[in-house]
Amino acid sequence: MKDLDEREERRSALKGLGCSRKRVEDVRFTQGKGHYVDDISMPGMLHGDFVRSPYAHARVVSIDASKALALPGVVAVLTAKDLEPLSLHWMPTLAGDKQMVLADGKVLFQGQEVAFVVAKDRYIAADAVELVEVEYEELPVLVDPFEALQSDVVLREDIKDAKEGAHGPRKHHNHIFTWEEGNAEATEQAIGAAEVVAEEMIYYHRTHPCPLEPCGTVASMDKVNGKLTIWGTFQAPHVVRTVASLLSGIEEHNIRVVSPDIGGGFGNKVGVYPGYVCAIVASIVTGVPVKWIEDRMENLMATAFARDYWMKGRIAATKEGKITALDVHVTADHGAFDACADPTKFPAGFFHIVTGSYDIPVAHVAVDGVYTNKAPGGVAYRCSFRVTEAAYCIERMIEVLAIELGMDAAELRRINFIKKEQFPYQSALGWEYDSGDYHTAWDKALKAVDYEGLRKEQAERVEAFKRGETRKLLGIGLTHFTEIVGAGPVKNCDILGMGMFDSCEIRIHPTGSAIARLGTISQGQGHATTFAQILASEIGLSADSITIEEGDTDTAPYGLGTYGSRSTPVAGAATAMAGRKIRAKAQMIAAYLLEVHDDDLEWDVDRFVVKGAPERFKTMKDIAYAAYNQAIPGLEPGLEAVSYYDPPNMTYPFGAYICVMEVDVDTGEWEVRQFYALDDCGTRINPMVIEGQVHGGVTEALAIAMGQEIAYDEMGNCKTGTLMDFYLPTAWETPNYTTDFTETPSPHHPIGAKGVGESPNVGGVPAFSNAVHDAFRAFGLRQSHMPHDHWRIWKIAQSLGLHQ
Amino acid sequence: MIPANFEYYRPDSVAAALGILQEHGDEARVIAGGHSLIPMMKLRMAEVPHLIDLQAIAALRGISIEGGTVRIGAMTTQNELITHDDLLQAAPILREAALQIADPQVRYMGTVGGNVANGDPGNDMPGLFQALDASFELHGPEGIRSVPARDFYEAAYMTAREDDEILTAITFARTSGGYAYEKQKRKIGDYATAAAAVLLTKEGGKVATAAIAMTNLSDTPVFCADAAGALVGTECTTDALAAADAAMQAVIDPMQDNRGPAEFKRHVAGVILKRAILRAWSRA
Ligand SMILES: Cc1cc2nc3c(=O)[nH]c(=O)nc-3n(C[C@H](O)[C@H](O)[C@H](O)COP(=O)(O)OP(=O)(O)OC[C@H]3O[C@@H](n4cnc5c(N)ncnc54)[C@H](O)[C@@H]3O)c2cc1C
Repeated sequence: MKDLDEREERRSALKGLGCSRKRVEDVRFTQGKGHYVDDISMPGMLHGDFVRSPYAHARVVSIDASKALALPGVVAVLTAKDLEPLSLHWMPTLAGDKQMVLADGKVLFQGQEVAFVVAKDRYIAADAVELVEVEYEELPVLVDPFEALQSDVVLREDIKDAKEGAHGPRKHHNHIFTWEEGNAEATEQAIGAAEVVAEEMIYYHRTHPCPLEPCGTVASMDKVNGKLTIWGTFQAPHVVRTVASLLSGIEEHNIRVVSPDIGGGFGNKVGVYPGYVCAIVASIVTGVPVKWIEDRMENLMATAFARDYWMKGRIAATKEGKITALDVHVTADHGAFDACADPTKFPAGFFHIVTGSYDIPVAHVAVDGVYTNKAPGGVAYRCSFRVTEAAYCIERMIEVLAIELGMDAAELRRINFIKKEQFPYQSALGWEYDSGDYHTAWDKALKAVDYEGLRKEQAERVEAFKRGETRKLLGIGLTHFTEIVGAGPVKNCDILGMGMFDSCEIRIHPTGSAIARLGTISQGQGHATTFAQILASEIGLSADSITIEEGDTDTAPYGLGTYGSRSTPVAGAATAMAGRKIRAKAQMIAAYLLEVHDDDLEWDVDRFVVKGAPERFKTMKDIAYAAYNQAIPGLEPGLEAVSYYDPPNMTYPFGAYICVMEVDVDTGEWEVRQFYALDDCGTRINPMVIEGQVHGGVTEALAIAMGQEIAYDEMGNCKTGTLMDFYLPTAWETPNYTTDFTETPSPHHPIGAKGVGESPNVGGVPAFSNAVHDAFRAFGLRQSHMPHDHWRIWKIAQSLGLHQ
Repeated sequence: MIPANFEYYRPDSVAAALGILQEHGDEARVIAGGHSLIPMMKLRMAEVPHLIDLQAIAALRGISIEGGTVRIGAMTTQNELITHDDLLQAAPILREAALQIADPQVRYMGTVGGNVANGDPGNDMPGLFQALDASFELHGPEGIRSVPARDFYEAAYMTAREDDEILTAITFARTSGGYAYEKQKRKIGDYATAAAAVLLTKEGGKVATAAIAMTNLSDTPVFCADAAGALVGTECTTDALAAADAAMQAVIDPMQDNRGPAEFKRHVAGVILKRAILRAWSRA
């Protein structure tokens, strides 16, 4: 007993796996001491600002910068003509397309970058922007992707006649690609033969990650030593370095990319934006640092949006509710350029996770990407690539099928879940789900909210409503989602040819503390806290004695960055693997010190102990010191390790979310009465960080489902370019959440962890949306598109005749 | 979001402020809390080469209640309306309304004078002061004049105030009876989808007097005399509410925006007006 207590004490002193350790980052963030790109100031630094297009589609007839150049303090005004000799007026996108850096003859979306003003200070730059005179000739605007596919209007004249795009044949001049997965023929057959088929168009509207800190960069070309340093809001600094080298011709060792503290990314900071390119060019030309920081409106209007998927689903089932087939066709609005940030081979990301948590024997998906006069993007906003779209699609289709069958939607899910014993499970669309236990999670969730009781209350409410005693309805929003994160096996996942591995390099210092550097970059996820915990448990040094460093390409090992919940599955695995290398060498050192054979030692929390002689041991601290202070025959001095981890598979976190909502049929106002979130992210590294991630993610899901959108009028004007209209909930609108968990470790991850940061967005959106739909189910509602803001909810009630 | 260049002035008297206003004509504007003007300047929708800050003019601050009259200095912050105990006694509707304006950060800076002088149909105070039948005191080169709130608003951002006048105070009579300020918005910090200010008094179990004004449902606040008239002499029955709603609908003219189409706003206006009337009635 005493031994056990003593060991537990040593274990908890490490603050390793499972410890709700406070986030070490928060000390500086809560005191306003974070250091962001805009905090960087350098002697002689110049400031850039953009002239942007007021039109969604127009020819640029002329640009006259003479008045701007005459303003004292203006250094330069760059246009496409200036960038053309460097071949930088266009740049490649992550999706195999190319994008104008500055308007080359025409503009394709409102807010597009037309000219880049460089001036001595930010104020002069803004004044000069007003003085640049641009003559436009308006062209017909296409904001509807279905219309774009029919229209004679050519958006992308540069590739007008290209029959092939980056992802195969193009059907029309505004068509980007068709991408397919699954068995179309077998799916068609199964649907044709089915007893019941539910069909519905599910629209997941265009929204935006809207991180607290917008995008920006400081580029500094040192003409003396030939080194280019780029600080920026980069979720993937190493990839930015490679791209910068390829574009500029500067050798990669002469480029240093640094991501300082980042104020949220959510996918918005994965891509490369014209502002980065212009600042770099301006610094190369002038030889002084150039800063570019966008403002909120520019962020919302011009940097990467998310979603905008029109998903036509058909789901087939037996009369008893056993699903027999799923077919989904997506019309994907990519805006003016295809600037999605997906692994190269997956132009629709991992959308083919759309069979969700269900054992569906045959399925087929096809996605058509389309150009329109809207901002480019299509990033994974707090989700793995297109996984929220997929989860929303299947979780809505399940509800629609339940209506078609007259069945309870919870029961319909239960009878179709993949069973525990079916894992690893091969999905009809080609994925191998690593592990799961959906029934257990589902039952736990339903019990926690008293599902039966809620349904009874709901039925009573409907009766009371019909009797005229209340004007509020009750909705119960169910979701069981399956995520796919941790891209990804290098054999099928790359970005611009870079395999999607990640990395960790560890140095143990002589006194038994350590630094670990990773190829990822935290934007609020708390890597400095949790990766130290992984390592603490692996190498037996306290997490408090381990520094985690990321984001500087001169010091950190190459990695693909942080998005798609890949940091823990990939870099977290690399951390554990590098830790194990440290431990292997430590074992040899300990064996030498204790004068026993390596195999006679066993690992015990923070030390190696001679088997059968517990009083003979060497702690990791002893070993670290020995590694540096004495010659050990056959061993190099020092204690360091590096691991590049190529995951054998993705991980598949899952969860059960239930939202109980009251809606006012007269005003469209809603109130979340209860929100229950059960997450299974495999091994739980830090329960408190997980809870924080779930709170943040569900809040973003609430925003998306209930109000947030990037909307355009028919002229292509962005109607939601400020936070007055782009819905960002405050503490007031944010409900209380109940979090819960089950723990089904990933069998292939070194510590069994799966990633969690994005699950709450993936599961949250359908939970909120289903609650709205469910409130009106008794009155005949099948489908109503998000966001469910007041007037759209009111519209549902009105169209169902509830206002008489 | 960077404003154009401007000169900044901080006079310590109304006379000095008026002097600067006159000197620079329509190149000059006063700034109070800045929470409407600064965003406009940053968006470069308002260019103000000469900006006259009223913060240092002590005479424009403070709330006084003498006899039956309440006087609120133009530079009184929206937050002060919430925390002033005597005002809560004299006209409790002000506190109820102020709590629904923006968020605490805005209310610490935003002033009552700025809110009513601004002329934005989204502002909550103009309708409120119309319901209260308040008067706005204006200082100009020709002296002081007083304009009833009900006559002040001409169109969006167009008011009876001349460019060279400063709004110095708002006065109105102490209220009695029931009151309610009801506002629907998308979130904290949002302007109204529709808002209703209702004041009424009760005698012999029936409505004796009533005043109603609606916000953000036209290009000016909408004082609804007929809607109020429809309540007088009634017990706020369903029929009376319907009549008030119908009268109100006849004078509002909502426009479609991101909050929704006009049809929706009309419906919401009706719902919240009825809610406001019933709450005011329950307090009368
Ligand atoms: C996020 C946000 C949300 C908001 N939500 C609401 C809301 O829900 N409801 C609401 O009513 N308001 C809202 N507001 C506006 C806020 O109440 C402003 O404070 C108010 O409209 C203007 O008051 P101010 O003191 O800030 O005036 P300023 O912005 O300084 O001035 C506004 C205008 O009035 C003129 N002006 C100011 N004072 C005087 C004076 N004494 N004499 C003559 N002219 C004068 C100025 O020249 C300017 O044209 C919101 C503002 C923000 C930023």
